[in-house]
Amino acid sequence: MRKRARALARARLRTGLPRFAQRFVLMTRVLIPSGALGLNYDADALARGIAANPDIIAIDGGSTDSGPSYLGRGVSKYARASTKLEWAGLMKARAEAGVPLVIGTAGTCGTDSAADWMLDITREIATEQGTPLKVAVLRSSQDPGSIARAYEAGEIVPLSGAPEVTGQDIRACSNIVALAGAEQIAAALQTRADIIIAGRTTDTAIIAALPLMRGDHAGGAWHGAKIGECGALCATNPQSGVIMIDFDDTGFTVTPLADGAHASPHTVSAHMLYENSDPFILHEPGGHLDVTGARYTALDKTSVRVEGSKWVPADRYTVKLEGARPAGCRTVLMALLRDPHYVANAAQWAEDIVARCSAKILDRMDIAAEDFTLEIRLIGHSASFGALETRSGDPVEIGVIGIITAPTEEQAAEIGKLLNPYLLHHPLTQEEEQPTFAFLFSPPDMHQGVVYEFVLHHVLYLSDPMDAFRLEVIDIG
Amino acid sequence: MAELRTLVTKVRSKNAGPFWLTIDIFCGSPEAYARVVRDLETARIAAVFEADSQTIKRFDMPDLNVVKFSLPRPAVQGAVDDRDMHGASWAALVGDLDI
Repeated sequence: MRKRARALARARLRTGLPRFAQRFVLMTRVLIPSGALGLNYDADALARGIAANPDIIAIDGGSTDSGPSYLGRGVSKYARASTKLEWAGLMKARAEAGVPLVIGTAGTCGTDSAADWMLDITREIATEQGTPLKVAVLRSSQDPGSIARAYEAGEIVPLSGAPEVTGQDIRACSNIVALAGAEQIAAALQTRADIIIAGRTTDTAIIAALPLMRGDHAGGAWHGAKIGECGALCATNPQSGVIMIDFDDTGFTVTPLADGAHASPHTVSAHMLYENSDPFILHEPGGHLDVTGARYTALDKTSVRVEGSKWVPADRYTVKLEGARPAGCRTVLMALLRDPHYVANAAQWAEDIVARCSAKILDRMDIAAEDFTLEIRLIGHSASFGALETRSGDPVEIGVIGIITAPTEEQAAEIGKLLNPYLLHHPLTQEEEQPTFAFLFSPPDMHQGVVYEFVLHHVLYLSDPMDAFRLEVIDIG
Repeated sequence: MAELRTLVTKVRSKNAGPFWLTIDIFCGSPEAYARVVRDLETARIAAVFEADSQTIKRFDMPDLNVVKFSLPRPAVQGAVDDRDMHGASWAALVGDLDI
């Protein structure tokens, strides 16, 4: 707790404000163009935000929501073309406003490779715009070997719902990132960089950092950041993206900036439900936010004032870890059933194929039963929920997806070739004429290569917030 | 008896990180909220997902007319046995419940 207070005091001093101003709490205006770079933003609303003189522009670049493959490979989910176009617009807006522009969780997953991808795009734009810039890059990638040792030494503890892991599982990760909080973003802001490209951060840290540095209300800073992290999702017309949040010494005020977008106490408070397992408590590095006592008041038709949220510092400083490791290679086959006899008996047909094909795989390939998976999901029957499905219907047709995972691409492809004849011709009974089902393509098999799985839902103890992160300042353009 | 989805404004499910699923039932009125709070036992949600009731967090939120449940994901997001990367389709199973 004392350490955090010291870090914040340091952060405040280094903002370079005149000493007299430091005695007063400053209002901090944060402009948030959208919930994620790559989702587009309303250019008119952004211009309105720039005209309102923000202190910082902050945008999120990713999350785990698209699945483990992006973290596993260290790549972005969004098109480079979209990212570049939207980032160029924000860089231009930043130059006009003369304030820092921050992206958190750059390139969807926030690995060092994703941050470098974002830096590369930033360099291109800076050259094209003819603007020399100072860029701070905050790197969040972790060495799996060091994390495994920290785990074995008891410096990493599981969060509720975490999977069982071993040091070996951690060493097998292709990428591990630590989620930076406000302290690491503050360190990046203290470099006085024009642009901050942060690897993995919490969604809120990039918004909360500056208000905290300037001494605004801590509960308000984190709560406002949570409300703002998805852009205008906390308002009506959520696709419009752009919102502005004013932080001060008692709370925050949120204002969506697009035409026709309104925030109400209901839309704002309901946003605490969104993708949150607990709508009142939000854990962050160094403590947690408690919004049990928050009061939401409409200022007018557009803006909402929030006060009464509480920041509760933790005894020890922790950062959350995310990791992804290879889980084999996947081959997928698709077919269609339209013959009513097969549509009506699809589940039995699929079960029979899995049993026969599995036996053939074990008989003809040098592979153990525990080293591969073969599953058929039936679209139109039970593909969404499998055994949890409670309904049945009378579909016109059924989509058949054969999903195979095996240790190597060759083995997954080979199993696909063993499955192929069944999906094309397997009869329900020996008595009937050989059926032929519809394949959509030639070949019908699609090879996904290495697939990944999430491994960690843990936190790492740090004695200094910067211990797991690296900050580099680069001149570009 | 009526299907839950016909009594409320919306049933939403989403990932809350890769390991948790969260379900928000927007009841839309104090009357609908009161009925859902009274008649939708946590054990019903546990049965839908074949989950242990003890692992389910429940939040009854009268200010929003919302009942929220959070539980460990039926399959970890993106694992070989996962069927829904974003966790959004599970809301349909909850909406199917008879109240």
